[in-house]
Amino acid sequence: MNIVVCIKQVPGTTEVKIDPETNTLIRQGIENIINPFDTYAIEEAVRLKEKHGGKVTVLTMGPPQADAALKEAVSVGADEVILLSDRAFAGADTWATANTLAKAIQKIGAFDLIITGRQTIDGDTGQVGPEMSEMLNIPFIAYVSQIEEIKEGYLRVSRMIEEGHEVLETTLPAIITVAKEINIPRLPSLRGMMKSKSAAVTTWSIKELGVNDKEVGLAGSSTQVVKIFFPQRVSQAEVLTGEPAEQVEKLIGKLKEAKLI
Amino acid sequence: MGIKIDQKKCTMCGNCVAACPFGVLDVADDKIIVKDGCVVCGACKDACAYEAIILEEVQPAAKVDANARGVWVFVEQRKGAIKNVAYELIARGRELADTLKTELCAVCLGHNVNEVESLITHGADKVYLVDSPDLADNQEDYLTHGLLNLIKERKPEIVLAGATALGRSFFPRVAAILNTGLTADCTGLDIDTKKRLLLQTRPTFGGNIMATILCPNKRPQMSTVRPRVFKKSDPNPSRKGDIIKVDFKKAGVTARTKLLNFMEDITEKVKIEDADIIISGGRGLGKADNFKLLQELADCLGAALGSSRAAVDEGWIPYSHQVGQTGKTVCPKLYIACGISGAIQHLAGMQTSDCIVAINDNPDAPIFQVAHYGIVGDLFQVVPEMIKKLKG
Repeated sequence: MNIVVCIKQVPGTTEVKIDPETNTLIRQGIENIINPFDTYAIEEAVRLKEKHGGKVTVLTMGPPQADAALKEAVSVGADEVILLSDRAFAGADTWATANTLAKAIQKIGAFDLIITGRQTIDGDTGQVGPEMSEMLNIPFIAYVSQIEEIKEGYLRVSRMIEEGHEVLETTLPAIITVAKEINIPRLPSLRGMMKSKSAAVTTWSIKELGVNDKEVGLAGSSTQVVKIFFPQRVSQAEVLTGEPAEQVEKLIGKLKEAKLI
Repeated sequence: MGIKIDQKKCTMCGNCVAACPFGVLDVADDKIIVKDGCVVCGACKDACAYEAIILEEVQPAAKVDANARGVWVFVEQRKGAIKNVAYELIARGRELADTLKTELCAVCLGHNVNEVESLITHGADKVYLVDSPDLADNQEDYLTHGLLNLIKERKPEIVLAGATALGRSFFPRVAAILNTGLTADCTGLDIDTKKRLLLQTRPTFGGNIMATILCPNKRPQMSTVRPRVFKKSDPNPSRKGDIIKVDFKKAGVTARTKLLNFMEDITEKVKIEDADIIISGGRGLGKADNFKLLQELADCLGAALGSSRAAVDEGWIPYSHQVGQTGKTVCPKLYIACGISGAIQHLAGMQTSDCIVAINDNPDAPIFQVAHYGIVGDLFQVVPEMIKKLKG
């Protein structure tokens, strides 16, 4: 079972705070982490390898320092790691990102399954997985919460949608995106950490991928960010004071007045 | 392509470095440098008082199809029932089409879909209706190619879908094949009338930043739109329009995934994505059993029951109730958060609600920063008191 996992290095956004004076993001002291949803993707791939044999290749696109995310992937069981890094890749939207990753996967060669997280915690789009499925012309299933059966050429999964759980089957090779319900990622073992220190990160630039610079990065992106602003937040709640009965009386009065109840 | 800094005008004030939401500007060797990752958003240019920043325009690689016309809404249905988000998009799509002086079309793919004519009375000029038993259970390969064929034939300029599980799974595939831009989970849609472009605004970085995004050189411009951001309009029974039946061309499309089973989540009495009022509980509830108290309050108000991720992780309530970045994004008229501290990921899923009430015993809980009304107190005293007052 050859599995490719696509991950992204993101800022650990639970730490993100807005500087109220300048109304900008405070970035100091924010560590970069593997997108949390992608950690479930790595774990699932490693579990499948442990059960069925094969190889786990972890792929990311990003600046040179994204190799830290790949080394972390080695510490929890990835066999091979590949970094797609080139100035030309920068500023990519989801289409250009999916295109770059898909080209790299074609270069990697034969695989049975591609796994990635359902979305990133910074961009939040969840679009790269389904876009890649069309570029590679393979089946796609989103929000997988359990792999029920996997064997040569066959996959059956359970996935979560608004109304409940669906069980779907498909053929392999395929691409799935996973939800956090699928597993609990392991912590790196001592052996894993040793391995990650000496891990060789393969780096491919635009040359190695053999793609046109018009189809990657900002130049290959159909969407353009034209404005960035900070959402208006209610600065302070109107605090309703008194004993519980009094607080509730006030609240219900306010809600009735606003015709909310 | 990118941004250039005019060193003669730059005073090294550093405003641009602070303003960059992507953190790609930095000070080095007495000048401002631009690191990799710049998306030319222009935030630095707006922050520069010295006009020292020049944005280099992106040259269109392809010629825009200037003949593309019409605003389209993908009508999501489940088991023949049209979802509310479709009507919300028709309401907003109507306004966009009027601004552009073009038609609004609803695209409905399904089998025996009910009340198709209501799409007209709510504002559509045309309905493209593709009816086939193959489309009964929203098989995503069929939906992708069914919609794709219609877009290729009729060339709309804008295509919208709800940012639901289905919309966010199959819409990117349509966009990928068309090689056009798609903006995810929008909370604002407007028109730049001068350039005839769709301005798509969406939250990013877990709701910390809003970004407005354009797709200037490709058609159609595509967005998925967060449910309940736009309001469904009242139907006008005298509105006229055409329902155009289109054959489903199955040839050449393989259904590569097959639905074997569906287990409905039956703990949801009222669907949180459709609810006007949501009562939500978090870690402060302490145990699963205490959700019964919130359910009682919800029953008094005809409300849906929501929760934070913490309560789901504890196993107190199923995932389908989870509100937040990794659960559902909701936008009810009234959101009452009980014992929820308000982690940024939770706020990302509910902060666009019309009115937010927070009940929490910690006055410093971040939930109070987004709440309109706050009660600092013990929810086990406050909630029963509310139930008593509402029942009495």
